[in-house]
Amino acid sequence: MNPPTTVTALSTYRNQTPYPFCPGCGHHAILDRLNEALNDLHIDPNKVVLVSDIGCSGLSDQYFVTSAFHGLHGRSITYATGIKLQRPDLKVIVVMGDGGTGIGGAHLLNAARRNIGLTVLVFNNFNFGMTGGQHSTTTPSGAFTSTTPGGNLERPLDVCATVAANGAGYVWRGTSFDKDLSARIAEAVRSDSFALLDIWELCTAYFVPNNQASKKTLTTILDGLGLKAGLLHRAEYPEYAAAYRKATLPQRGLSLPAPRPISPVFESPLTRPFRLVVAGAAGGKVKSAARLLGEAALLSGLWAAQRDDYPITVMTGHSIAEIVLSPREIDYTAIDRPDAMILLSREGVAKVGAQLAAMRPEDRVFALPEVADVRTSAAVSVIDLARLPGSLGKGSTALYSIAWALKELGVLPIEALLAATARQGSQYAEKNAEAIRAANA
Amino acid sequence: MREFTDGSSAIVRGALDAGCTFFAGYPITPASPILMQMMSELPKVDGVAVQGEDEIASIGMCIGATLAGARAMTATSGPGLSLYSENIGLAIIGEVPLVIVDVQRLGPATGGATTVGQGDVQFARWGTAGGYPIIALAPSSVSECYSLTRRAFDLAERFRCPVFLLTDKELNMTTNTVEVDEYDKPAVRARTALPSSEPPYRYLPAADVPSLAQYGGPGVVRFTGSTHDERGLITKTPAKVAQLNEHLRAKIEDNAAEIELVVKDLQAGASTLFVSYGVTAGAMREAVTRIRAAGKAVSALTLQSLWPVPEAAIGEALASVRRVVVAELNHGQYRREIERLARGAEVVGLHRVDGELIAPEAFMESVR
Ligand SMILES: Cc1ncc(C[n+]2csc(CCOP(=O)(O)OP(=O)(O)O)c2C)c(N)n1
Ligand code: SF4
Ligand SMILES: [Mg+2]
Repeated sequence: MNPPTTVTALSTYRNQTPYPFCPGCGHHAILDRLNEALNDLHIDPNKVVLVSDIGCSGLSDQYFVTSAFHGLHGRSITYATGIKLQRPDLKVIVVMGDGGTGIGGAHLLNAARRNIGLTVLVFNNFNFGMTGGQHSTTTPSGAFTSTTPGGNLERPLDVCATVAANGAGYVWRGTSFDKDLSARIAEAVRSDSFALLDIWELCTAYFVPNNQASKKTLTTILDGLGLKAGLLHRAEYPEYAAAYRKATLPQRGLSLPAPRPISPVFESPLTRPFRLVVAGAAGGKVKSAARLLGEAALLSGLWAAQRDDYPITVMTGHSIAEIVLSPREIDYTAIDRPDAMILLSREGVAKVGAQLAAMRPEDRVFALPEVADVRTSAAVSVIDLARLPGSLGKGSTALYSIAWALKELGVLPIEALLAATARQGSQYAEKNAEAIRAANA
Repeated sequence: MREFTDGSSAIVRGALDAGCTFFAGYPITPASPILMQMMSELPKVDGVAVQGEDEIASIGMCIGATLAGARAMTATSGPGLSLYSENIGLAIIGEVPLVIVDVQRLGPATGGATTVGQGDVQFARWGTAGGYPIIALAPSSVSECYSLTRRAFDLAERFRCPVFLLTDKELNMTTNTVEVDEYDKPAVRARTALPSSEPPYRYLPAADVPSLAQYGGPGVVRFTGSTHDERGLITKTPAKVAQLNEHLRAKIEDNAAEIELVVKDLQAGASTLFVSYGVTAGAMREAVTRIRAAGKAVSALTLQSLWPVPEAAIGEALASVRRVVVAELNHGQYRREIERLARGAEVVGLHRVDGELIAPEAFMESVR
């Protein structure tokens, strides 16, 4: 997956274009420190992908000569995750504003939880610079922004504590003025874990004039919130992209799914489509019994379709299987009027009223004794469970009943159903065969 | 020889055979079986499958992975497609190849989570801001789920854009019988690496599509979702922006003939033409067989490509009929496309929005 590389490090990772930010904007300093960190890392620019979020900070990638991705607001971490999963050898650095930590909060949290090896630089200026100084998830309580004219009523998000508590490997908080910022960025990029640097800085266009903020007040805010700066957290969790490859290694090269053709060895007298509905209850193995009938149809040279219906809460209520058997391709899989119906439970019967009502005298209904009182024009016969060995249990009733009905309907040979069971090769195969034989004894 | 299988499995197989190496998705009925199968299959080919924290993350990861060399697919249903919306636009403007499976269920909102619908047809087309073209294919059988998934990967690569595979609950979750030898296997082009000397984007000639540049190769690569020049740098210069946006339009619309995919079953003397797609086209085929068996003439057109509208094929099929019946599991979303091409023929809609399929009988009753 990873082609061999020769490192072409640069003396600067900045291009010639001057930054576009307002005078005094903290983004300048952070990007200069990022450049120093890349220098320090002595890294091939092709091996770095700078993934920028949206906002003034989102413009950052354009001033670097590394590879870059500039996507949607709040989603930078998702693109970065995809890149890292595909190419774990690349250094993926995310630049996002405090705005991004809000709209993309779910991604931040889950990337930390996975400990995916990204370096996230949060350009935290306590407001949305680009859109006009609105409040963000990190705006301090009481702070004035264009959307909190009376002072912010919300508590700010502690980004560091959140990711640290949820699986991040490296968490640091500081300011754009900090001398060790470039060293910290380099340290974070070197670490193979999910690393986040919460970098406090000034938006000179909005947050500064609205709050008389300065380099000094950054400390006041920090103290006011009782937050700490510096390296806050280091942990050694397995990095996700590497862990994924390690965990899935045993599967490498295993054979992919291929068609599992069924050769016809039996014959069916059917000359037109035959539609059968099995109406039972959850846990009654209706689906798996119907599947065996479908495979028996293919073993008999027919085409089959099986459509299951059951509540989302799968362990309760009805379980219906609609099976179409046909001498030709099946282009319509619904059953409006069944040729035959197998009724196994009240829950099932409650769901098939319309189909029962559509049936005519030439159609057949096979019902367990407790549901044999249904109203339908079809001829109803009762399935006698007496022959079903008690040792097989309730789980065999559906298949037993299908075999019972098959014997009467003659749409395909019972041997085909037995052969389908044998093909299963599962732990149930023997029990299933016993149920089929019992119905035909 | 035949097999007993469903559309979800066919899509997974189609994707793997097409060279898919990355999948990210978020569980939703009726698309979850694809996610679950991809989770167990992709590791076998040294690929990656992830369950994202939501649909936004899932499609985002697919976009990132593609630019780092993967061939990616994601799968969802209506509610998830809504969350894909903004990133679909990103894949369009960033020119990122991507296969998006929408296993349609009855909407709106949570709607009928386990019931069939075809209500996302126009949503897929216009589901992101800006109104730029995408490609959408619609299989009408389990075997087409396989072949059109392959085709979707090929088209995504060819046009560097999101390609939708619009299926539905019924096709994906109903097990049916397929003649194994009859799986169509359209060729899927390999990714050709863009030389590192070339910029990642090119707008002239407008309808041309350069190969995809990838991260981690010999050169640096830039991608952006903002209006950009050929180097991937943000620009607002009107002439450049116009070039970019004309390219996004032309590469698909001017190459529509290459994308167009229909099955024509036209009968001389028929005055009614059925037009349908997806699972509803199955009932249409059944109806056509029965109508003709009864000695009546009828024509039918199955649309396997929905976007761009296969106008040439539709025009040809419309030429000799007086009446067109457009059948779909919505209130007539594609009928409007046929109406604008009908040139005098009467266009009637056959609709159903109660979570059940349109029956062959409904087609039969609509023939004149
Ligand atoms: C989905 C979406 N909603 C809203 C916007 C508008 N928008 C652009 S930038 C931004 C906020 C940026 O603030 P921040 O992340 O703090 O970056 P800063 O400008 O402060 O560097 C917003 C809301 C958008 N681009 N996308
Ligand atoms: S608006 Fe604020 S964040 Fe944006 S460039 Fe100006 S000072 Fe910086
Ligand atoms: Mg900000």
